[in-house]
Amino acid sequence: MTIIFKKSIPGRRGVTLPELDVEPLGKIPDGYLRTSGPELCELSELDVVRHFTELSRKNFGVDTNFYPLGSCTMKYNPKMCEKIAQLEGFSSLHPLLPQLRRGGMLTQGALAVIYELERLLCEITGMEAFTLQPMAGAHGELTGMMLIAAYHKNKGNRKNEVIIPDEAHGTNPSSAAIAGYIVKPVPTNSETGMIDVSALEALIGPQTAAIMMTNPNTLGIFNTHIEKIAQLSRKFDALLYYDGANLNAILGKFRPGDARFDVMHVNLHKTFATPHGGGGPGAGPVGVGKRLEEFLPVSRVIKRSDGTYSLNYDYPKSIGYIAPFYGNFSVCLKAYAYILMLGGKGLVEAGENAVLNANYVMHSLKNHYTVPFLRTCMHECVISAKRQAALGVGALDIAKMLIDEGFHPPTVYFPLIVKEALMIEPTETESKETMDSFIDAMKTIARKAQEDPSRFHGAPRTTPVGRLDEVKAARDMDCSA
Amino acid sequence: MSYIANTARQQEEMLRVCGVSSIGELFKDIPENLRPRSFSLPRGKSELEVHQILERYAAQNYSHLINFLGGGFYDHFIPAAVDAIASRSEFYTAYTPYQPELSQGTLQAMYEFQSDVCRLTGMEISNASLYDGGTALYEACQMAIHATGRPKIIVDGGVNPIYRKMLYSYTANLSIDFCEIPVSHGQSDREKVFAALDESTAGVVLQNPNFFGVIDNHADIVDKCHSLGILAVQSVYPVSMALLKPPGEIGVDIVTGEGQSLGIPLSFGGPYIGFMATSKKLARKMPGRIVGRTVDGQGREGFVLTLQAREQHIRREKATSNICTNEALCALRVHAYLSLLGSQGLREVAELCLNKAAYAKNRFKAISHVKVMETSPTFNEFTLLLPMDAAEAAGKMIERGFAPGFPLGRYYPGMENYLLVAVTEKRTRYEIGAFAEALEDVLRSFAPQPTLSENT
Repeated sequence: MTIIFKKSIPGRRGVTLPELDVEPLGKIPDGYLRTSGPELCELSELDVVRHFTELSRKNFGVDTNFYPLGSCTMKYNPKMCEKIAQLEGFSSLHPLLPQLRRGGMLTQGALAVIYELERLLCEITGMEAFTLQPMAGAHGELTGMMLIAAYHKNKGNRKNEVIIPDEAHGTNPSSAAIAGYIVKPVPTNSETGMIDVSALEALIGPQTAAIMMTNPNTLGIFNTHIEKIAQLSRKFDALLYYDGANLNAILGKFRPGDARFDVMHVNLHKTFATPHGGGGPGAGPVGVGKRLEEFLPVSRVIKRSDGTYSLNYDYPKSIGYIAPFYGNFSVCLKAYAYILMLGGKGLVEAGENAVLNANYVMHSLKNHYTVPFLRTCMHECVISAKRQAALGVGALDIAKMLIDEGFHPPTVYFPLIVKEALMIEPTETESKETMDSFIDAMKTIARKAQEDPSRFHGAPRTTPVGRLDEVKAARDMDCSA
Repeated sequence: MSYIANTARQQEEMLRVCGVSSIGELFKDIPENLRPRSFSLPRGKSELEVHQILERYAAQNYSHLINFLGGGFYDHFIPAAVDAIASRSEFYTAYTPYQPELSQGTLQAMYEFQSDVCRLTGMEISNASLYDGGTALYEACQMAIHATGRPKIIVDGGVNPIYRKMLYSYTANLSIDFCEIPVSHGQSDREKVFAALDESTAGVVLQNPNFFGVIDNHADIVDKCHSLGILAVQSVYPVSMALLKPPGEIGVDIVTGEGQSLGIPLSFGGPYIGFMATSKKLARKMPGRIVGRTVDGQGREGFVLTLQAREQHIRREKATSNICTNEALCALRVHAYLSLLGSQGLREVAELCLNKAAYAKNRFKAISHVKVMETSPTFNEFTLLLPMDAAEAAGKMIERGFAPGFPLGRYYPGMENYLLVAVTEKRTRYEIGAFAEALEDVLRSFAPQPTLSENT
């Protein structure tokens, strides 16, 4: 589709601004001024609206197609939450207002939302305290690692390693490394699909600062050894990090805080239904147990005895500022509205149906694809296209064929430890009919892989473009017009 | 309120397929002793009830104050079409575009956003956004350290103090030496910056306009950096880029900034959007998603996420950064905003800001015992020296309906009487006049105190 800059007609305007109502006194000396450009496009409002509308039609979203992208929890994003975020009282509120003297009183509604959402997340996860500041899941992980570092520093512990299972999301090792730690991967047991506890015992020691776990893990399996792992970590004063990416599965069934996890993050854009936005903005609030609370980033919202809220910066051991303000506030606001609507019972039902839907898909496909860990899965299931790959149809080919059937493909080739992995997460908001049509498509694809593997290589055929040359993209680095 | 579609009957059919008789059985792996000790949450509510609750909360916020508050985050006008475009759910209910064939909308929009950033900053390559201006600056420091293999970062005191605090928090556990060069109202202090540069310096972090609203041309600092193999990092206010010399023109190596001013509501601090642009030479060290243009098998043009070998999902602990998501929907807003405004429109916004701020300066100068700091040219923000504590004065201005600016004492000890005032295109002659009268009124009720020295 034509690049917007090519549509530009010099002199055309999309916005009319008010005339200057004061004397033109502004003057910047020449040495500071640009001599040409910037060359932005010049279009009418209709030109721009048509351009973006056309772009939008080249996208799959949850609102247009089934989107069972594993590990991403692509559930329906309620429209009501979008409307709430647009309320003028929130959307026009300047974040520096509460930093003015007695300014907290100017933002009581916003501070109440932060305070109450933190309390709700504590109850949902069993943690002692939360900060809403991290602006994405990976940002939450980094914050968690910084909290862990602060804890050890405060105790005078000299530790430099973090243990992470090999099935973990790539952000886990990366966040630990960015925070200054050496990453020690621990293998997954090929029978159970869980951390290999004996391998963990061999790795852990006084140098271990933390163990990062996702539970249920990226194979969709709930790790039944967590008590043992918690005991091991306590022995060496290693902290336990819980990656809450998969929290949707365990709402009301398991709380990391009860299992003595020290720190966790929650992806509001997964479990709490805020939109993914085509790759952000998300929000990755971090919860901690008692041992880490004093290190949480500032500011923190406190509730005073008279029922009013204020910002408090007086935490001498805090890791400091990880965001300019209070996190992605309007994302948090949407999540808050969502939790209020569902309530405790609704959240439990969401988790239960997410798990039911994933198991339903797995059982419906088990005779057509390889299921590496055929046991009850949680909110997502991992199947393998090993059999199809032997015929020349890999997971990616299946993904592309699914596009032609009108489905967003599952996550492919992840987790890395499963060959030809297809990771399917239907979420609770999908109906049986939708899943049935997906299951039918997957079965048809398995059959076609046997009949005519060659037809897969041209897929997808129904999209604006076919498979794109990624090597050329990396070589040419044509990243702007 | 529930968003679950399946009926009890459908759930039973599905359970049968799974070979279990109840949903509870699906959770049998979770040991009984690890079941929640509590899960005491409020009962669910209808959409209407939740709307009413949150409308009440929204009404408790003083979002209606006439806004002269900036500090890096500005009350600019947002055309309605930006909201309409960003409300297309084909954009906002999509995930990161890992499957390019069905994400061409997001991908092309990100490519065009990157083009906007390059055109504004004069740089060669931009990423598809970062969390915010502060984390972008931190990532730029990391980039400078990795690219040069040196440990020291020099930070100009004119850099937003919130961002400086963020830099120090992020690096507390790493072996990075920070050296901060104090600034008082004016431009970067050349003498002190040059004295701090040495062989161990990886990067120098500058801001233009700086936190005091002061415009600078850092070309001399950039040149000096390059002669010593040091990278120059500059954080910019993108609206001002319509008028100011772009960083690319003076040889800046890494440009970052906060894009909130380009079509993103203030929303009590987020989501905002960090941007980052650099040279092609440094592109492979840049964090975050990057979209590239390429072709498909039939030669049709299309867009993909590129240079992914830098990223965490491929490189894990060896990645250049841990960043996974960016702020795609905010980038879409920025791109829609810039496309609607166009070259001429953005220039007009910047000129309106500049002229109204200049008018405000002139008007406030007339207030007795108030001094407008005019050591250097400013864009749309400037400092006032008041004859009283600025935080106290701000409190009184709030009572009169103004968010009057930011008292600098909070971040600059010794500057307790200074107020940082921002003027955007939204402020009118009448509002500026009313502000001046309110300030006169506030000052009248206080006995003038001896003026503090300007540089304390």
